[in-house]
Amino acid sequence: MLMDPNTALIVGLLAPLVTGLLVPFLAVRANWRDIAGPIGAVVTFLAAIEVARDVLAGGAPSWMLAELAPGIELGFRVTPLGAIFGLVASGLWILAAIYSTGYMRGNHEKHQTRFAAFYAVAVHAALGVAWSGNLLVLFVFYEILTFSTFPLVTHKDSKAARDAGRLYMSILVGSSVILLLPAVIYVWMMTGRLDFVPGGILAGAVPASVAPWLLAAFTFGVGKAAIMPLHRWLPAAMVAPTPVSALLHAVAVVKAGVFTLLTVAVYVFGIDYLADTGASTWLVWATCFTILASSCVAITKDDLKARLAYSTISQLSYVVLGAAIATKMAAEGAALHIVMHAVGKITLFFVAGAIYVQAHITKISQLDGQGPEMKLVFAAFFIGAMSIIGIPPAGGSWSKFMLMVGAADAGMVMVLFVLGVSSLLNIYYLLDPVARAFFKPKAKEVKIDWHPLTVWPPVATAVLCIVLFFFADPILGLAQAMVAG
Amino acid sequence: MTLAQIIANLPALVVAIPLLLAPVAALLPFAGLTWALAVVGTGGALFCAVMLMGATAGGKSFSYALGSWPPPWGIEFVVDPVSAFTVLVMAALAFIATLFARTALLAEIAEADTGKAYSAWLLACGGLSGLVMTGDAFNLFVFLEISALSSVILIALGAGKDRRALIAGYNYLVIGAVGATFYVIGVGFIYAVTGSLNMADLAERIPQVPQTTVVMVGFGFMMAGLLVKAAIFPVHVWLPAAYAFAPSAVSALLAAIATKASLYVIARVMFGMFAGVPDLAGFAAEFILVPLALAGIFLGTILAIYENDIKKLLAFSSVAQIGYIALGFGLASTAGLAAGFIHIGNHALIKGGLFLAVGCYAVALGSRVNLGSMAGLGRRMPITTTAFLVCGLSLIGLPLTAGFISKLYLVRALLEADMIAVLLLVMASSALSVVYLWKIVEVLWQKADGEAAVTEQPALYLPLWIVAIANIWFGIAPAPLVDGAQRAAMYLAGGL
Repeated sequence: MLMDPNTALIVGLLAPLVTGLLVPFLAVRANWRDIAGPIGAVVTFLAAIEVARDVLAGGAPSWMLAELAPGIELGFRVTPLGAIFGLVASGLWILAAIYSTGYMRGNHEKHQTRFAAFYAVAVHAALGVAWSGNLLVLFVFYEILTFSTFPLVTHKDSKAARDAGRLYMSILVGSSVILLLPAVIYVWMMTGRLDFVPGGILAGAVPASVAPWLLAAFTFGVGKAAIMPLHRWLPAAMVAPTPVSALLHAVAVVKAGVFTLLTVAVYVFGIDYLADTGASTWLVWATCFTILASSCVAITKDDLKARLAYSTISQLSYVVLGAAIATKMAAEGAALHIVMHAVGKITLFFVAGAIYVQAHITKISQLDGQGPEMKLVFAAFFIGAMSIIGIPPAGGSWSKFMLMVGAADAGMVMVLFVLGVSSLLNIYYLLDPVARAFFKPKAKEVKIDWHPLTVWPPVATAVLCIVLFFFADPILGLAQAMVAG
Repeated sequence: MTLAQIIANLPALVVAIPLLLAPVAALLPFAGLTWALAVVGTGGALFCAVMLMGATAGGKSFSYALGSWPPPWGIEFVVDPVSAFTVLVMAALAFIATLFARTALLAEIAEADTGKAYSAWLLACGGLSGLVMTGDAFNLFVFLEISALSSVILIALGAGKDRRALIAGYNYLVIGAVGATFYVIGVGFIYAVTGSLNMADLAERIPQVPQTTVVMVGFGFMMAGLLVKAAIFPVHVWLPAAYAFAPSAVSALLAAIATKASLYVIARVMFGMFAGVPDLAGFAAEFILVPLALAGIFLGTILAIYENDIKKLLAFSSVAQIGYIALGFGLASTAGLAAGFIHIGNHALIKGGLFLAVGCYAVALGSRVNLGSMAGLGRRMPITTTAFLVCGLSLIGLPLTAGFISKLYLVRALLEADMIAVLLLVMASSALSVVYLWKIVEVLWQKADGEAAVTEQPALYLPLWIVAIANIWFGIAPAPLVDGAQRAAMYLAGGL
């Protein structure tokens, strides 16, 4: 044991922030600046492991700062689900920090210091969301996450980037202010508390007739979960440099969204309350629609990042679906899917960025025959895609399996059907780039620049996809602790 | 005079100190000296206000008979949780604005005018405090006039930079006079049927009056006049130009405290004086205050989105924010009143801070601040801009800022009243307020064409930072402000 869990919580929370604040001072020495990210990430990850280990042993590391209003404390307290999200965000940050150095330098991007600083602050905000002690603190870090990623989305400072930035801000801030905040305050008013309690706090306090509406306010208040029709910001955010798309718009930001919804379902509503009142039945359909509709849109996209973005929208709804099904198994599957999809999708984005840096290709149709030139990255892409589709031996097969079992438990046959169709669609649009790259004749000659820092991180995450298939136990243990109560 | 005597006379002193120093300021020769006098005046008032707040702890209230003439014949000043809270908020912001004025005012008006300026400044502060302290309906009219006339002078002083300040001042003079006249006509009606001018006395006598039509007409006139003074939509028209063309320091002072006093009086009149008349205050709240507040919230926000002149933009935003306060009052519940009073305090901090920041920009640029001239100021004036951002985030109501606490309690009050539709409208408008703030933020970090060097002066940004830190302080530890406001609401709601 490196440090006691409460200290680990503070260290893990502050390390990314300190990194972000230090980066501007290291700007004169680019190498120092770019090593600060990975070092901060490693420290954060070690702390997150310590925190998760304590949670797995039944503890709840906490750090309370002040009381904001009666029943609302400004502080942190780690739930099993929060421990999972903390592990994912900090662990993948290590590789993303290395990757982003390779990408930004290989691409000769401007303002690398500003980029690195806000990147770290965004991770800080994601950890704040993960480890928050109650809904209000969660909301605060949710907003900080939005604001800190805005400079990253508009990094290119072009008109397209600015327009995307406006859409990004207006959907995320707008939805959270109009719906999420009133929902949080409503919960506070009805129950007098906002902390996360196994089994939920709404039972007996909120009438069953209000519950579906309250859940709707949460669902559409959390724009980051990208449930249709609030998904538009995510494809728009793809204008950002790819390291942002990889860590933030496949992991930290979007997972903060589905994490919030899952937390609300498990710790605020309570799974039993959801199941008893039927409050989430409509959400099952809404997520099923999003899963299929965004897969259909993804097929039409020729831009690789846009296709991945729509795939992300679809996969995020898997997690929310797991919450909406309202059985223990489905909720566990949802928690597991946060991890599995994160590792899989960050691999795909890493590869997309690596292809761009090395060959300057962004369109899938231009990938024809490029496979043999970039074997490693396409192999990584293949494994990442397998994990997302849910084919063993990749980690993603566990979460999909559990979601299906959960749906079957609840007797929702339609959901099984939707999941099946979605997997078929996934196979088509995710394996298509790989198939083109290896089996089609080469469309044109491109010069390949070798940038190792953009190649090895996706390889590492691809390996991690396989590792997670065989060693999913700790994550699964946390997921079970989440619903155990 | 012994200390005990001073303390006994605090209710009068909080008004009298600035008023008495005002003529002295007009006679003093040097700009620095008159400013020092203004600091003494507003600082003294602040000290008195703090003491008064302490004296009302635990919901106590007491009356102060001016010239020892006992009420209801003489004029009384009323010290209770409501007036003590409001006067403390106003005195604190007035003091900070005065600190800011030293450099800011000199940069924008002729040095020879500073004596007059600080004289009017002190009169405005004293008049507005008097508005809050007085327990006499006619005396209130007198303070209304004192503060209005001195404000007109202050606004018109902006003419050195922009001649439109004269028109803005004139408009305020005329519209303000109409408002004050309406108010005094109303007082006349009420006096005719009750024979009293003392508010507490009136609260007892009005319910016994048989001719309810006269009471209703009197109430209507008084409310109409006060709505003008509080700049509630659609009678807010004097406000944007007045704030926009006044010197920067004056804008900050007026934006922070001017309309707050009138809003306070509205609450007093509705829930104090006329509380005994069945259905009257409730009707006015539900069918006048709430609709007007909502209209103001939306119109103010939308006008702010399309405005390019920063001071005007903030003024339109003020119209919307005043709407939030009026909406809280309009709920006519303890929670609603508390929300209103909380926002009186927080909005003073928010808008005061924003206007102080714009004042810093204006002095540094030496010209009016609009979206074009702000380009790139974020890089060149980081200290000011950070404070501007803090206050801006507070305006949107981000958690950990004072603005959030306002929103929290307003939403709670709306939920308690089961007004879900209104709640969604309020939240939608607060999301829209992100748009105009963001418009400014984008420009602040844009690249400017010619980046002339600008300096940031501590004399300007220190007062600004006091307010900015207060915005965070009251966002994290809101208890003092919330408690004060809730005590005030509970005290007033006794008459509901």
